[in-house]
Amino acid sequence: MPPIISIEHLTKTFQLDGKPFNALSDVSLEVQQGEIFGIIGLSGAGKSTLVRCINLLEAPTSGTVLVRGQELTKLSAKELRLARRKISMIFQGFHLLMQRTCLQNVCFPLELQGVAKNKARERALELLRVVGLEEKANSYPAQLSGGQKQRVAIARALATDPDVLLCDEATSALDPKTTREILSLIRDINKRLGVTVVVITHDMKVIEEICSKVVILNQGNIAESGTVEEVFSNPKSEAGRRLVYPGGMPALHLLKDSRVIRVAFNGGTAYQPLIASLAIDCGVKANILGADTRNIDGKAFGTMLLGLPEDETEANRALQYIRSQPNVTVEEVQDYHA
Amino acid sequence: MLESLTVFFENLGIVKVPEQLEYLSDLPNLLFAVWETLYAPLAATLFAYVIGLPLGVLLVTGEKEGIRPLPPVFMRVLNTLINLLRSVPFLILMVLVFPLSRLILGTTIGTTATIIPLTVAAAPYVARLVEASLREMDRGVIEAAQSMGCSTWQIITRVMLPECKPGLINGATNAAITILSYGAMAGAIGGGGLGSIALMRGHARNQRLVLWVAVIILVVLVQIIQTIGTRLTVRSDKRINK
Ligand SMILES: Nc1ncnc2c1ncn2[C@@H]1O[C@H](COP(=O)(O)OP(=O)(O)OP(=O)(O)O)[C@@H](O)[C@H]1O
Ligand SMILES: [Mg+2]
Repeated sequence: MPPIISIEHLTKTFQLDGKPFNALSDVSLEVQQGEIFGIIGLSGAGKSTLVRCINLLEAPTSGTVLVRGQELTKLSAKELRLARRKISMIFQGFHLLMQRTCLQNVCFPLELQGVAKNKARERALELLRVVGLEEKANSYPAQLSGGQKQRVAIARALATDPDVLLCDEATSALDPKTTREILSLIRDINKRLGVTVVVITHDMKVIEEICSKVVILNQGNIAESGTVEEVFSNPKSEAGRRLVYPGGMPALHLLKDSRVIRVAFNGGTAYQPLIASLAIDCGVKANILGADTRNIDGKAFGTMLLGLPEDETEANRALQYIRSQPNVTVEEVQDYHA
Repeated sequence: MLESLTVFFENLGIVKVPEQLEYLSDLPNLLFAVWETLYAPLAATLFAYVIGLPLGVLLVTGEKEGIRPLPPVFMRVLNTLINLLRSVPFLILMVLVFPLSRLILGTTIGTTATIIPLTVAAAPYVARLVEASLREMDRGVIEAAQSMGCSTWQIITRVMLPECKPGLINGATNAAITILSYGAMAGAIGGGGLGSIALMRGHARNQRLVLWVAVIILVVLVQIIQTIGTRLTVRSDKRINK
């Protein structure tokens, strides 16, 4: 199946104080139908600009943006408005209409399309049920909490049966618990309705929680991309490492002359059992020099530095044992300095 | 009763009291003056909005960062014109507009005739009031509307104006009160109503009692308009948690 979103050689140049500034330079990416696609990067990396180019809120300076095979940059104003109905967006600041009730907010995109009032009402109520806010139908946004406002915004975004849902820092204004609730709602919507989701965030946890693929954006360039497992367990780019290990690479004191290996976990069992079974099955005691692993859906991702015993045969035995484990890759660190 | 009132006012040093009390006790006459005071300014407010509301919208949507930028030259001309009209003192503007009043209404005298200069004076003021209200609009909400496929017209009529309704009502209250006071001023040169009474009788003929009554009624009218306006503003604003 062709990708639902395909961005090719996208460049966006702003004029800043008369000087050109590339917020995005030659960005290409593809999003497949039905996936939850993450875009992560530090503040100012160009994430918002990138996502705003997907519905052409921001006009690309050059490059193409294809959504469902339709090249948005070539559309007339009217055609673009029609195309936008199928590309919904939610925002960090919710951006609800403050003078309308929740129900009227969800009705809004339907009214724009000329859907009959009672039909629109019915659909809006149904969507408020989906996001679990039926009882707030006649409340005004000012009377809601942040999480509830975002639920209304999600219901509104779904009103037009979109193919794509763009989320620009949709959970950044929410507390951790509410963030998880909203994320699970988004995942639920993705599964149930098959809506392709593009998530923009500077928060690793958001990506871990719901995304399958991720792109790391750094100063307007794609630093790296791949499945969340690949990128997070073994970030290859400098920008990737900065995101995955915000505190810097783990560094620890080390016994002289011993060999050090980096073990990358790609979604197998957690790391403690590996170390335990290493001791039990091979009788080798490895020294954990540092670890940065995380648990996603009960699976381990991340890397761990192990110091092997000085004894050559024991070290090789351990190495072989770890290599034989599923979902684990091993590489030897040549010049490890504490 | 009338006698004791007369004595009371005369003791305050007011002259020609009986004559004034007689004039003031002609209630229909007074009520007609109130009506005249209200109707020209309110009609002018209405017309001023017919002209000023679209202009105010243009001032916001047409600027460089607006949702439908217009040629900068056009925007500069519009801004200059509005500033120009606003800087002319009302009484002078009224005289300047006499030819226009004559052209449209055939006369420059009377309450109805003041509607034209009042409208000309108020329209640019209204445009600025509308502009100020619409500038309060959260850009993000407009962007969200655009992301849903709103046209420019839909953004103006379904997002900007309804979302800014409280501010617009508040502005309209200010406009009505300002125009009311202009209307009272217009009494000086041919207009009718309380302003005319206050000036012609109160000032010119030194009927201080009439002057004060006219002023008090004007103050009360302003209070009533302000109270209604404030109440409507607050009631229409759903951002406030009530
Ligand atoms: N309209 C604009 N005019 C000029 N520069 C802009 C404009 N919009 C964005 N930029 C610049 O482009 C760069 C990328 O901005 P963008 O908003 O896409 O970053 P971001 O990754 O979303 O950051 P954040 O996490 O803070 O939201 C920034 O340096 C910003 O200053
Ligand atoms: Mg952003």
